[in-house]
Amino acid sequence: MAEMTMIEAIRDAHDQAMAADDKVVVFGEDVGFFGGVFRCTAGLQEKYGKNRCFDSPINESGIVGAAIGMAAYGLKPVIEIQFADYIYPAFDQIVSEAARLRHRSNADFTCPIVIRVPTGGGIFGGQTHSQSPEALFAHVSGLKVVMPSNPQDAKGLLLASIADPDPVIFFEPKRLYNGPFNGHHDRPVESWKKHPLGSVSEGNEIVEIGKASIYREGNDVTILTYGTMVYVAEAAVKETGIDAEIVDLRTLSPIDLETIVASVQKTGRCLVLHEATRTAGFGAELISLVQETCFYHLEAPMVRVTGWDTPYPHAQEWNYFPVPKRVGEALLKIMED
Amino acid sequence: MTEKKGLSLNIPEPGCRPGDNPDFSDFDIPRAGSVKRPPIDVDPDEIRDMAFSIVRVLNKDGEAVGEWAEDLTEEDLREGMRHMLTLRAFDTRMMMAQRQGKTSFYMQHLGEEAVSCAFRKALREGDMNFPTYRQAGLLIAGEYPLTTMMNQIYSNAKDPLVGRQMPIMYSANDYGFFSISGNLGTQYIQAVGWAMASALSGDDKISVGWIGDGSTAESDFHAAMVFASTYRPPVVLNIVNNQWAISTFQGIARGGVGTFAARGHGFGIPALRVDGNDYLAVFAVAKWAAERARNGHGPTLIEHVTYRAGGHSTSDDPSAYRAKEESQAWPLGDPIERLKQHLIKIGAWSEDRHKQFEAEIMDDVLKAQKEAESHGTLGSGQGPSPRDMFEGVYEKMPPHLVRQRQEAGY
Repeated sequence: MAEMTMIEAIRDAHDQAMAADDKVVVFGEDVGFFGGVFRCTAGLQEKYGKNRCFDSPINESGIVGAAIGMAAYGLKPVIEIQFADYIYPAFDQIVSEAARLRHRSNADFTCPIVIRVPTGGGIFGGQTHSQSPEALFAHVSGLKVVMPSNPQDAKGLLLASIADPDPVIFFEPKRLYNGPFNGHHDRPVESWKKHPLGSVSEGNEIVEIGKASIYREGNDVTILTYGTMVYVAEAAVKETGIDAEIVDLRTLSPIDLETIVASVQKTGRCLVLHEATRTAGFGAELISLVQETCFYHLEAPMVRVTGWDTPYPHAQEWNYFPVPKRVGEALLKIMED
Repeated sequence: MTEKKGLSLNIPEPGCRPGDNPDFSDFDIPRAGSVKRPPIDVDPDEIRDMAFSIVRVLNKDGEAVGEWAEDLTEEDLREGMRHMLTLRAFDTRMMMAQRQGKTSFYMQHLGEEAVSCAFRKALREGDMNFPTYRQAGLLIAGEYPLTTMMNQIYSNAKDPLVGRQMPIMYSANDYGFFSISGNLGTQYIQAVGWAMASALSGDDKISVGWIGDGSTAESDFHAAMVFASTYRPPVVLNIVNNQWAISTFQGIARGGVGTFAARGHGFGIPALRVDGNDYLAVFAVAKWAAERARNGHGPTLIEHVTYRAGGHSTSDDPSAYRAKEESQAWPLGDPIERLKQHLIKIGAWSEDRHKQFEAEIMDDVLKAQKEAESHGTLGSGQGPSPRDMFEGVYEKMPPHLVRQRQEAGY
């Protein structure tokens, strides 16, 4: 085991996958010589050469479209979209092409690509460097959507995504790159190096796609969440003293319904928490699933805590971000009902 | 004091709409044989003029002239004729089948047969096309079974795509034919990506991108050009300019630039135009561009100047947006007639043989159709199972799809 930040864990997953299979090719904006604006591909070009890791023009549709062509040839492209906010020009290539290729060609062609996407806010990125568009992709048949919340999972899930025979959108909560940020922006951030989940296996073990994990066991209420909000939920639980079970979904599509159902049926209460905007967000899907499967076990109405339905603001970032105080208030309310 | 003048917007119009007399007098057509053939490692800057000219081999007397005239045997030429006639007969039967309600939709190639049939001849096994919906000649000239194409069109029990795709959205990996999308232009950058992969792998295979005049306006066209320009992978990028994008004339996509080929100049990609109704010229240009790609000289942009003599698809009536007489007035003629004239000129063909050949080919197509229809037509009840709809979304069916399939009763 080695102590790693999430950045180091992601870099290490690339390294393992590239060493094991020379069909794995990494490219994107600034990922080559410089190693990515978040440093997740640092050193790969030097180690594996320009044929394995290189810079691309600033054209997200081009990056994804080229990757689809490469996958059709037989390579395994792992590409980076520099910010989730920049992914929209590639939407057609992802939705109409990557996601549909296997089905429409009856597996005559397939698309085993990984699209890495730094996501989420809390970095004063304003509306073009902070968004969480995961629901747009979870809505698309043919895609897998993954979002790890710690270095262990980031490495294991990235290795699983690279090994996967279908396209995976791999969201990396960038506020978690260097530590388990819990929403208290005015306090120093703990480092992954001191955190148990920052202790990462040096081998190539995968974390299975489609399996949630119980981040914290509890009996009073289930918090369904993922990414940065796992640690916000933890802070809210500590501050309110409510014995909540925190389910870290890890994969949004395909969803681990079994784990969700087991937890909600145990606690009888459910809070859904994400940073993305509320309306038609992934939380709406979670609430529908819980309603369909756990209605008679519920002792209180379900509650959503999310980002507001506004563009992600700059100066008002901490009024937008679902901070522990908001989550705590929702927890107290759900326990009163 | 000067009067304030409002601005006005330029919204181009075609020269000819229904009721007008078609006039191609300002369409500059160079004489056959007049365009020089540069070496395959030519500096793109030295052939900038080729983006404004047209490579033509067959002259008005049916002779093959100039530096682009290849050494094609009589057998090669008759084979080309067979491919084009097969495509035309196939189209005729499938257009009719659509009218008879045997399928939902069809798209024909009338007038454009030479483009895909001749291009295919310049490719090797293992090369990959990223076609649009109007390059079925790549399959026919690649000797793909006609019955299998029809099975796809009919979504019948033997449809290789098990009913998932609209008619003519074929996929044939083993025949170098990428799965057709219905989204326009997406395949162009994918072709560049495939070629990048070939070069990254030290392979000698090339890819070929296809796009229509209208879809060159899509952002993915520009993505493909930038990537091709930057990485110089072994790709041939074809623009099939058939003058019409449904009802929109090519000037709406082309804008202020003289020709579509000229788009290559800003990217440093050698660009040329070819007479798309001249089987010999398309083959020669395809061979030149394929050799460039295979020998490491990078991408080539080719504008095939042709004319869509039929409707866009079975869903539109071209007489609603262009003069009925326009296709007759098209100055580059009909590709089959022109190859026939050439074959007769060199003493390898006659009107009688042509008629007989046509009849034989129609027989083959009818035979294929009969076989395909024995496996069903759309809605005949012999189609793929609804279960097939749930399969293949992912390699392994995830739990939610298993639940939905059961809910649907399959």
